[in-house]
Amino acid sequence: MSNGSLSLSLPASSGLDAGRGGGNLLFLLQNLVLKDFRIRYRNMSLGVLWSFANPLVMMGILTFVFTRIYPNPAVPNFAVFILCGLVPFNFYSLSLNAGTTSLLDNQSLVKRVRCPRRIFPIAAVLANCLHFLIQIALLIAFVLAFGYRVNRFWPWLGVVWMLEIIFMSGLSLMTSVLDVYYRDVRYLVEASNAVMFWLVPIFYSLEMVPQRLRLLYLLNPIAAVVVAGRDVLLHGKPPAPALLVPMALVSVGCLALGLVVFGRLERNIADNL
Amino acid sequence: MSRSIATQPAIGNDLADPAPSAGHAVLRFEAVSKTYAHNAARTLLRRGMLSWLTRSRTSVFYALREVSFELHAAASLAVVGANGAGKSTLLRCATGISAPDSGRVEVRGTIAALMELGAGFHPDLTGAENVMLNASLLGLTRRKTCEQFDRIVEFSGLADFIHEPLRTYSSGMVLRLAFSVAVRVDPDILVIDEMLSVGDIEFQEKCVGEIKRLKQGGKTLICVAHDLKLLRNLCDRALWLEHGRVRMFGPCSEVVDAYEAAPAPGVSD
Ligand SMILES: Nc1ncnc2c1ncn2[C@@H]1O[C@H](COP(=O)(O)OP(=O)(O)OP(=O)(O)O)[C@@H](O)[C@H]1O
Ligand SMILES: [Mg+2]
Repeated sequence: MSNGSLSLSLPASSGLDAGRGGGNLLFLLQNLVLKDFRIRYRNMSLGVLWSFANPLVMMGILTFVFTRIYPNPAVPNFAVFILCGLVPFNFYSLSLNAGTTSLLDNQSLVKRVRCPRRIFPIAAVLANCLHFLIQIALLIAFVLAFGYRVNRFWPWLGVVWMLEIIFMSGLSLMTSVLDVYYRDVRYLVEASNAVMFWLVPIFYSLEMVPQRLRLLYLLNPIAAVVVAGRDVLLHGKPPAPALLVPMALVSVGCLALGLVVFGRLERNIADNL
Repeated sequence: MSRSIATQPAIGNDLADPAPSAGHAVLRFEAVSKTYAHNAARTLLRRGMLSWLTRSRTSVFYALREVSFELHAAASLAVVGANGAGKSTLLRCATGISAPDSGRVEVRGTIAALMELGAGFHPDLTGAENVMLNASLLGLTRRKTCEQFDRIVEFSGLADFIHEPLRTYSSGMVLRLAFSVAVRVDPDILVIDEMLSVGDIEFQEKCVGEIKRLKQGGKTLICVAHDLKLLRNLCDRALWLEHGRVRMFGPCSEVVDAYEAAPAPGVSD
């Protein structure tokens, strides 16, 4: 029975599916993002406050360690300096964890309805943008409280943060579909989060990294977001092209790769959930 | 047999006539086979690497084997068979939730499916939120969903519970909500997998009425149930699956009679 010809023709251009990819895909995305919010905040009595708690506690501990135990006089205002590193890193780790498990978390939907599955990891990343925004607000409050001023380079922050969201979407597309086939992937991702904490210049600055390794550092978009954030917020200078170009290339490339990998492996998702 | 793990199923828009009209096959299975690997540890990386290194093939199990049939618009198909015969697998292939390993599935028109135990609901969301989510999953636009919302709630008879989380619903209540959404998205093909049995008599009658109305409107129904009386009432064609193969396909009463007369084969494996 070697019937090679295999094709599943489903209507793409009729009735319900009319406009898929347009307005109602957006409606679906919106519903999925809303669902994530609702589920998360309904089960937490402190709700959004948690988004403040985590970076504040981490900031406090790291500031204590690096001003009292390993003092680092080269960096003024260590608390803000740390927060500039923690906020992009937190978004990275939270959205990657949520994105990786998104297909399994939504299996009651994925297994029963035919819909574009790549929407699930992307919705998980976007749902985490609320945390990201709250933490950004916290960061900006600290920056202003420490006496830094708004400068004309601040719009660059929007660009680098958007690139981080793109990067995370690409990464989550890959890890989510791999996690369906190999459930170990989520543990690998958790382990890699811990590694990433050290590889991103959170409690040290890029200048402390040996010169020949810096280029390697900047290939990591999360590290680049941290460095760009400090440049703009603390040093009042625009992010260097040497920073932006690799970050943009890696982020967009990652999204493209994520879409390709997801498309390749999407076929048997429902059978393996 | 050569298992062709082909690329993405071609989402064909080569179907010139999306609106099904009588005489056209709305659903066609051509020698469809679906296999599952039979090893529980397949999701472990270690196992994956081992089998990749040793190139060992895991034992393959046919859930559907060379299934062919054709269904015309306004027909209604009952699928019967023992537990594990492949009925749900057949419906998953028809809806595009799973892809067959070989063969061809052709669908003309849109499908809404009430698969076993739920139709794409999230337990932590309220009924109302699930209606929105489910309708958007089925491809409805925001405007249409809002237009239909009140009618969906009214048909379900759940107005008092619509803001309660779905996990507090009884299975019959879940069915009510799922069925109400599914008929409101107005699919060309409605697929029901063992859902109707949990509805009470009143709602089952409502469902039967609604299904008959859909059929009159030229829509197609595919129904899996172990309640043969219900199937006789609803369906005009029937497909009997045994160990993933088509044992019989024909007029509903004939097939169901034969199925009833056959000695129970037990769970197929
Ligand atoms: N995702 C899966 N992975 C592995 N095996 C599967 C999977 N889904 C189904 N099977 C196997 O395929 C066979 C057919 O399953 P299916 O759910 O289609 O049975 P069914 O006819 O719907 O039975 P029931 O009457 O109990 O609902 C079963 O033997 C089952 O073990
Ligand atoms: Mg079944």
